[in-house]
Amino acid sequence: MSVVNRPSNRPLSPHLQIYRWQLTSVLSILHRATGIALSVGALYLATWVMYAAAGPRAYALFQDFNASILGRIVLGGWLFSAFYHLCNGIRHLFWDACYGFELKDAYRSGWIVVAVSLLATVLSWIVGLRLV
Amino acid sequence: MDDRRTPLARARGLGSAKDGVGHWWAQRLTAIALIPLVVWFAVSLVMLSGADYATVRAWIGSPLVMVLLILTIGIGLHHGQLGLQVVLEDYTDGAWRVVWIVLVKFIAAVFGLAAIVAILRIGFGG
Repeated sequence: MSVVNRPSNRPLSPHLQIYRWQLTSVLSILHRATGIALSVGALYLATWVMYAAAGPRAYALFQDFNASILGRIVLGGWLFSAFYHLCNGIRHLFWDACYGFELKDAYRSGWIVVAVSLLATVLSWIVGLRLV
Repeated sequence: MDDRRTPLARARGLGSAKDGVGHWWAQRLTAIALIPLVVWFAVSLVMLSGADYATVRAWIGSPLVMVLLILTIGIGLHHGQLGLQVVLEDYTDGAWRVVWIVLVKFIAAVFGLAAIVAILRIGFGG
């Protein structure tokens, strides 16, 4: 795969500005985006246990951040990313096993993923923020 | 790990990615492992919300949590670096592709090992 041999004027498709959005492609993009977010989130979790091991003063700094608005957004966003990537990942595993490839099935499983991950996120926010 | 290629595919080489199915299979294996681990961890995180230092330390240091947490962070980072490698292979090129992929793998290894050491320190009171 050398850069030199690649023809330079090939048409690019599909073009982003005129691309018609569909549920399936949006969920596919979101799977990647949440995957990248969760990779960064995994570093954050690793940092969390390191702060916990470092002692009470270090951990207080970490707790202050978690309690801030930005911290809440990060943790809340992590939970949504985790639930979404988990649900859509299971959808991918079914595809790997050759189930659910029909367009109708792909849309149905897509909406199930959206519903379950949003429900789990809202539920965890309610419990996590002690709103009930 | 099973070699899932046909004898002909094995004789011809490792396919267009020069990597066979090793990467693909590892991604699936870690994905399956992460299903119960992530559910457990997400529930734990929600329950720990607002917990103080002593509570969090006691939780991390209990034997079952230590095992599950090391698995979650270790397998999670491994799955993450496998996924980021695919993303980088899609969107970067040439020498920078190699640099980014090496960097991602090194960071995952360092953070993973550091997290495991931290968990063991808490559990064994270092």
